[in-house]
Amino acid sequence: MTYLLQQFLNALQVGSIYALIALGYTLVYGILTMINFAHGDLFMIGAFCCFLSVAFLGLPFLPTLLLSMCGVALLGVLIERFAYRPLRQAPRVSAIITALGVGLFLENFTLALSPYPQQIPPLLDNRMWTLFGVSLSSLQIFIIVLSLLLMFLLDLLVRRTMVGMAMRAISWDKTVAPLMGVPVNAVISLTFAVGTGLGGAAGVLYGLAYPVIDPYMGVMVGWKAFISAVVGGIGNIRGAMIGGYILGAVEIMVVAFFPSTYRDFVAFVLLLVLLIFRPQGILGKPQQQKV
Amino acid sequence: MGRNQEREHRTKQGLAGHRLLPVLLAGLFIVSLAIDRFELLDPYVQLIVMYIGINIILTVSLNLVNGYMGEFSVGHAGFMAVGAYTASFLTVKVLPVHLAAWFFPLAVIAGGLAAAAIGLLVAVPSFKTRGDYLAIVTLAFGMIVKSAVENIDALGGPRGFLGMEKLTSLPWVFFWVVFSLWVIRNLIYSNFGRGVLSIREDEAASALMSVNTKQVKVLAFAVSSFFAGIAGGLFAHLLQFINPRTFDIIKSTDILIMVYLGGIGSLAGSILGATVYTVILEVLRPLGVWRMVFMPLLLVILMLYRPKGITGLREFPWFIPFRDRLAGTLSREEGREP
Repeated sequence: MTYLLQQFLNALQVGSIYALIALGYTLVYGILTMINFAHGDLFMIGAFCCFLSVAFLGLPFLPTLLLSMCGVALLGVLIERFAYRPLRQAPRVSAIITALGVGLFLENFTLALSPYPQQIPPLLDNRMWTLFGVSLSSLQIFIIVLSLLLMFLLDLLVRRTMVGMAMRAISWDKTVAPLMGVPVNAVISLTFAVGTGLGGAAGVLYGLAYPVIDPYMGVMVGWKAFISAVVGGIGNIRGAMIGGYILGAVEIMVVAFFPSTYRDFVAFVLLLVLLIFRPQGILGKPQQQKV
Repeated sequence: MGRNQEREHRTKQGLAGHRLLPVLLAGLFIVSLAIDRFELLDPYVQLIVMYIGINIILTVSLNLVNGYMGEFSVGHAGFMAVGAYTASFLTVKVLPVHLAAWFFPLAVIAGGLAAAAIGLLVAVPSFKTRGDYLAIVTLAFGMIVKSAVENIDALGGPRGFLGMEKLTSLPWVFFWVVFSLWVIRNLIYSNFGRGVLSIREDEAASALMSVNTKQVKVLAFAVSSFFAGIAGGLFAHLLQFINPRTFDIIKSTDILIMVYLGGIGSLAGSILGATVYTVILEVLRPLGVWRMVFMPLLLVILMLYRPKGITGLREFPWFIPFRDRLAGTLSREEGREP
């Protein structure tokens, strides 16, 4: 039982990070119906921003987090402006390929600048407590609480503010929204900033939990976050959060009861089974095909 | 000239072209045999040419599903892995060493068949899901293959698998490239191929027009994965070493890029895309690690200025069967759309 509780805590930690990245995918998809495949690499850039800020500027945690989020958000906005916006009317696949290209560019550019894996110096001192036989680390709790806070803020932004209303309007109907006075390009830029900023935050949190970072770390984590977004129902914000925690839980439970090399195998088989029975994801609405 | 005379004239011209093609291909095959036998080409150039050939097979097979059928499959390297491991396991562990060279074609075909069998499994979810959800299914499948291989000790697990002789040669690659192009061209311009295209344009409408969409999808996935498996077998016996990481998402991404770089729904596009991508990567090799920085940048620029790829749904006339070409040109002259 304590073992299960312990694993549950680990699952929450991994799931929080997946959920934060999945939100970036789902926000962009909701507003542009486009999969931003460079998102996993923006997450990696977030971790590298954290490394630069700690190792070279010597900043404490909060400025590091803000700096990384802003840096990644700026990069996300620039990518949208120069790579995706000209393709908004083009066939969907060319946007997807461009996104893959941007992702490859970010990976290899980072690799060219930093050929070896880097280690982020410890940022927060990590304390351990034992509660009912379950060991809690302050870092783990911090990661979980901070991600939940960020998700809560995002939910508020989308559901309670004018900007959020504009986002929902665009995702509802891209042609009518500008007629109602919604500045489409500005809102799309902002959505990219928010989504990629969350990815950057996830990069920092991931760097706290696993301090050794390399330019390809975003590939696998990014695809898994994408899977979380799809499992939850892509385009649905609460779905992305749920999907992230489900994937985290499945992965951790597989590792807890099977050899760890089976982690990806079992996780993906379970996801396939889920998609066969519920192809639109958990909270997604079934697509209707019309002729 | 009257219309009938015109048609007769065109028919004669076209038939002459069609009689020329097998001769040309046979000639090229003999040239490739000679190059292989007498080492007429620099071994490095020969290697690159073989990589181009293997990439053409991969690109054209993925183009069948992604370009012609309009699905978004992102796990093509998984099929390649199945073919590569099956063929290598057969030539190294099952067949006697001195006979391996003779049974090599059979081993490659067995690899293709194994990949096709797996392709049938992947086709089943495609009945219900489309678009991004099918992308996830194929993506997950690619990862499942990779981690399954990592957990099978007989295949070397994460350490990889070696011991293959270098059995892939220029004539074999040439043969398989021509064969895959021939099969896929004939499929596209057959009744079945019309079904594939109609699924891309509108699946519900094509089902209403009595296209058996399930059958078409199963066959398209099976053929596509068969040739991916073939390419895998050839690749394994060229490199003489494979490991699960050879066939990860980055390999799948490479194949996707070649398809969309060349142009979807076009055989000429697949050939161009695979050739241009492979050659540029080789030409940029002196740049070292910066090579992979410039390549994606080129890709993004190409997509911004030519979003449909190099050929963009157009086809090299030789790849269009004669009757379709004739119908096209005649109706165009009469001012109708083909």
